Amino acid sequence: MFEQSISVLAQKLRNKDISSVELTRTFLDRIAKLNPLLNSYITISEELALQQAQAADERLANGQGSSLTGIPVAHKDLFCTQGTLTTCGSKMLHNFIPPYESTVTQRIKDAGAVMLGKTNMDEFAMGSSNENSFYGAVKNPWNLDTVPGGSSGGSAAAVAAGLTVAATGTDTGGSIRQPASFCGITGLKPTYGRVSRFGMIAYASSLDQGGPMAKSAEDCAHLMQTIAGFDDKDSTCSETPKDDYLANLDTPLTGLKIGLPKEYFGDGLDPKVADVIMTAVKEFEKLGATVKEISLPNLQLSIPSYYVIAPSEASSNLSRFDGVRFGHRCEDPKDLLDMYMRTRAEGFGREVQKRIMVGTYALSEGYYDAYYLKAQKIRRLIKNDFVAALSEVDVIMGPVAPTTAFGIGSKADDPVAMYLEDIYTLSVNLAGIPAMSVPAGFADGMPVGLQIMGNYFAEAKLLNVAHQFQQHTDWHLQTPTMAKGA
Amino acid sequence: MNWEVVIGLEIHTQLSTKSKLFSGAAVGFGAEPNTQTTLVDLGMPGALPVLNKEALRMAVMFGHAINAEIGMHSVFARKNYFYPDLPKGYQTSQMDHPIVGKGYLDVMLDDGSTSRIGITRAHLEEDAGKSLHEDFQGMTGIDLNRSSTPLLEIVSEPDIRSAKEAVAYVKMIHSIVTYLGICDGNMAEGSMRCDINLSLRPKGQKEYGTRTEIKNVNSFRFIEKAIYTEIERQADILEDGGRIVQETRLYDPDKNETRSMRSKEDANDYRYFPCPDLLPIELTEEYVDQIKANLPELPNQKAARFQEEYKLSEYDAGVLSASRAMADYFEQANSLVKDAKLTANWVMGELSKLLNQEQLEITQSPVSAKALGELLSRVLDNTINGKTAKDVLQAMWNGEGSADEIIEAKGLKQVTDTGAIEIMIQEILDANAAQVEQYRAADPDKQKKMIGFFVGQVMKASQGKANPGIVNPILAKMLKG
Repeated sequence: MFEQSISVLAQKLRNKDISSVELTRTFLDRIAKLNPLLNSYITISEELALQQAQAADERLANGQGSSLTGIPVAHKDLFCTQGTLTTCGSKMLHNFIPPYESTVTQRIKDAGAVMLGKTNMDEFAMGSSNENSFYGAVKNPWNLDTVPGGSSGGSAAAVAAGLTVAATGTDTGGSIRQPASFCGITGLKPTYGRVSRFGMIAYASSLDQGGPMAKSAEDCAHLMQTIAGFDDKDSTCSETPKDDYLANLDTPLTGLKIGLPKEYFGDGLDPKVADVIMTAVKEFEKLGATVKEISLPNLQLSIPSYYVIAPSEASSNLSRFDGVRFGHRCEDPKDLLDMYMRTRAEGFGREVQKRIMVGTYALSEGYYDAYYLKAQKIRRLIKNDFVAALSEVDVIMGPVAPTTAFGIGSKADDPVAMYLEDIYTLSVNLAGIPAMSVPAGFADGMPVGLQIMGNYFAEAKLLNVAHQFQQHTDWHLQTPTMAKGA
Repeated sequence: MNWEVVIGLEIHTQLSTKSKLFSGAAVGFGAEPNTQTTLVDLGMPGALPVLNKEALRMAVMFGHAINAEIGMHSVFARKNYFYPDLPKGYQTSQMDHPIVGKGYLDVMLDDGSTSRIGITRAHLEEDAGKSLHEDFQGMTGIDLNRSSTPLLEIVSEPDIRSAKEAVAYVKMIHSIVTYLGICDGNMAEGSMRCDINLSLRPKGQKEYGTRTEIKNVNSFRFIEKAIYTEIERQADILEDGGRIVQETRLYDPDKNETRSMRSKEDANDYRYFPCPDLLPIELTEEYVDQIKANLPELPNQKAARFQEEYKLSEYDAGVLSASRAMADYFEQANSLVKDAKLTANWVMGELSKLLNQEQLEITQSPVSAKALGELLSRVLDNTINGKTAKDVLQAMWNGEGSADEIIEAKGLKQVTDTGAIEIMIQEILDANAAQVEQYRAADPDKQKKMIGFFVGQVMKASQGKANPGIVNPILAKMLKG
């Protein structure tokens, strides 16, 4: 049951083969058994989930509802959920129960989906391993000694282990795609502005984008159908009409032009990962696509550019966590400065503090031009590279990450090695284009994700390409051993 | 040493929008603490700003009114600093690309001369909340009602050379924003606040001296006094061979002194950068032109019209049009009186005197424009004379009723019956036979001076009710004998 797709489950719910309450209990039982091994959930909202399941069953009984009605989902713990603890993986918000709902979770809720709980994440979405959570590291269900990736590691692990049908994630520099790759699931980072950021606790506002994480492209399409589209509560949300993400899944790929950026296959890429990617590309050729080498010459600059822009925005975005109105406040502050300093020193973890300091420095008088402004110029170059490339090809393909999931603790003392993990994903956020991670095979028993990048607002095209691949492969249907026993 | 003062002003005007700059919360003064807030104004995690288009429109209106370049591409920036009443830890403002660029104002001084003050820029920004230090037993209360209230910060060039000029400039800005209806102009409630940048230099020197900034001065009078005080303080230091420290100062109206708030060294590095939650504002020519076409009449335009339409002097037109409220009052009163000079004299004279005595704004006048118009109509139709009218106005001011009611109740109607006046004059001539003899013996020049005595006697006898226009010719004729 836990391995079924949204389409199949929706049909079963509609046919009364199963009730949403039964389905929800199945997942809650699995969470009770397996989550202690994975730590993929911070909050399990059992009572609420059963209430919502009950309500969904009533809706379905009346012949109402959508394809998400009664389907259990989980939300990354940076989407504000009214009445449910929302921690952002931080001690700073260990007690924060929002009196409001994010647009993404509201839309999913309105569609009748059941919220199983809130998933673990790197604190304030800063990290590539999910080791930076106040609530502890998340384990990769394919190998409990390895990381699930980050920052949406809890969502990825939960989907992979069958602890939810689907989940939401957010992607600022690869936080949907890299954990999707490490855990062998499908994830989509939409075009910047395609999905509302209202109620998403901000890391880097100009890069953050919420998106779906699920077993297949088709399941992602179901979620996109619900969450995408204009929201007047987010000024950066696009008014471009959303596409029908389900309608074109079956379009054949004959004539599809695929670009392979040579920079994505250079030094640092694990040859076994490269093999998996090239095998997948051959599969596309079999499906009628043509492949050509392209160049994204400024790829290497994406790391310094990203690690100036994102921390700069973060240093400002995270100023509101000051102990005055909500969240953590230190005990017995002596005065205002003491309250600020101890609240923030206690409430934020090391990685968050590091990025706040980097960002504060980059924006400082006398350094702004050299860092922030220069980073923005590089960002423009990177965007231009993609625009030029995508005028020649329909989609760009490459690896999501240079390696498969690495060992827990193995990169904890080497931040630069950790940052290099994001080399293939950061540039997509800097350019604002959409991209997916699609299970493409295994290297030494660990999943490898194929990255598919497309033009602005081409999510329907990406989902179509990924779906066709998944119609001819079964990598996305593989289940980790630990998940089978339960 | 002969010092020249150099002043630049930053004026924060609160725009009179219904809702806040970045949220739908209501804007208003005096509400219960923290009742006029939304997630956005409280800086809750995940809350996002959405620009109030009305504030944008008002800023563009102001730009047109000061002959400025409108920023067709303007950008909101974050000004980062920590303060408990600044909920997000940054103020959303504008830095490199303000909505209003370079402009200027021609300001008329009391002596009738005009000086042109350059305006560097005007930009939109959100206000912070308020910290309340009383009533909390050593703790601080935070009221975020004011948080995200829209402000237009108007920055002048250092073109101002005296306290008088500064006040005239601020009054002109006040007049323009109230004319445009983009600010209620209520300085007591903080709708307009002024930061004064001031430095001295020896007369004739080109380079500016070191300046200080006096923060948040909120009345015309305080602006003038703060400037005088600060000029004196700086001059004393410089005369003694000292140096001015660049710093932010506060003006204390109770002690009439400025004192140091923080020095340049303590100043924050605000780490401005473009706000990633708000897209740059791109205006179209059509939008900007349409606002220009619909601009209301501005003070200088109104002054010109008053000269043209009502044949008022430049001075009268200038005074009456300085505030929209006064101009409206004048025009409304005059619509009944239809004698602009008479109405102007009364509005600028007797009425203003009463308002000043009680420190009231014209909008707070207990005598409405219509009521004054009725009073002046009674002067024009000879029901009462001007002197009596002053007493009637005082009675109206005291709430004793309308002009007609008071004239009736007090029996102030002028005597216009020539027969009755002739009898009264005859009695006076009889009672003052000696003066009449002297008058008749005098030459015409002398007679002109002497007639005043008899007029006074008649007025006295009639308790001021005799109409001078009727008394004078009859008296002249009867004195001839």
